Amino acid sequence: MCLSIPVRIVEIEGDTARVSAGGTIFTAGMQLVQDARPGDYVLLHAGFVIQKISDEEASEILSLLGEIEDSDKKE
Amino acid sequence: MKYIDRYRDRDLTDRLAGQIRKAAAGSYTFMEVCGGHTAAIRRFGIHSLLPEGVKLISGPGCPVCVTGKGFIDLLYVYAGMNDVIIALFGDLMRIPGSGGRSLEKARAEGADIRIVFSSLDALGTARSNVGKKVIFAGIGFETTAPPNVYSVLQAQALDLQNFSILVSQVRVPPAMEAVLSSPRSRVQAFLAAGHVNAVMGYWEYLPVAEKYRVPIVVTGFEPLDLTQGILWAVRQLEQGTHEVQNAYSRVVTKEGNIKAQQAIQKVFMECDRNWRGIGMIPMSGWRLRPEFARFDAEQRFQVGDIQTHESEICIAGLILQGIKKPFDCPAFGTLCTPQTPLGATMVSSEGTCAAYYNFKRNPPVKG
Repeated sequence: MCLSIPVRIVEIEGDTARVSAGGTIFTAGMQLVQDARPGDYVLLHAGFVIQKISDEEASEILSLLGEIEDSDKKE
Repeated sequence: MKYIDRYRDRDLTDRLAGQIRKAAAGSYTFMEVCGGHTAAIRRFGIHSLLPEGVKLISGPGCPVCVTGKGFIDLLYVYAGMNDVIIALFGDLMRIPGSGGRSLEKARAEGADIRIVFSSLDALGTARSNVGKKVIFAGIGFETTAPPNVYSVLQAQALDLQNFSILVSQVRVPPAMEAVLSSPRSRVQAFLAAGHVNAVMGYWEYLPVAEKYRVPIVVTGFEPLDLTQGILWAVRQLEQGTHEVQNAYSRVVTKEGNIKAQQAIQKVFMECDRNWRGIGMIPMSGWRLRPEFARFDAEQRFQVGDIQTHESEICIAGLILQGIKKPFDCPAFGTLCTPQTPLGATMVSSEGTCAAYYNFKRNPPVKG
């Protein structure tokens, strides 16, 4: 039961949204977040969107790579 | 899928694991607080990438595992009452109660029990069954609290007379303190449960790290997240620091989801809570505020004292505190399997014993 997954908001209607998890569509309550829009990636938990995911996938991966390479250079 | 595929990159995971092997000069024991972490670590074989000296132990972060046996026994009694529908999350069905009781058994005996995926489904069940009394099993950590409190706010707004909730909510920080305060504790650093922090932020963890001088790294659930969290915790122990670090910044901020926290504060208040296998932890739970008493199943349905009994063989309590591992249990994989569970930790997908059992044959992730 205690599982959260990243999903993309397809459309919002009132307090609920249709969200896509790799193409599978779920209905999710939107009452617990502010400013989420169609196209945004969000965290779905127990039928509700509980948090927005900031659009920093690329920069997170790059900073990890940087961390590994920096450490390798020190050797 | 975005936010999944790239965080499962084998080459990067292996290189990060290489950094862990390089960084860890000493021997360290970490606790992953969250059952979701335990399942992900076993599923992806992360434990097999770690050097000999770095040990991961599972914590108490599986909601159905720590929910008191009395809760299952109480739901079982409710389920046998006339005109009652029990709405619950599916993994509560097979959790053993006392004396062979379970919700699965109640259903086999004719009780009306509905598995829901969300508290909204439970509300929908109440609205479409006006002649029945719907009792929703409101369990979970801080991540599930906002959806659960929302059902109460919505029931109030709709003036639903036939909806109530049996609350057994738990909170992570008091459980971390209980683990650290135990004289048997071996925990030197925590991987904090990223999705709890998505809601609560990590401001509550700063005094815990300071008081117990223990590094806490907020960690996500994919292989790259987990290896990064472990690497940061190793580096802190090597450097002798005890900070709260955020290795899950795409989802977690220090302050968390304020709107969700406000909803929790409006409906719930802190209370002592009995954790299955561990015992009472002061102020480690939430219960309904008195102004929501009419939605409180315990207030509405008085059933008297229920005697609860634990299995004499099961060591789930010690496993949830990180003192023993599933392999230390003589019943693990023999008397106790997911088909014939003695304890809750063998039932839930986030349960430590189930994760060790289900993924014990998985080959490690290697680049």
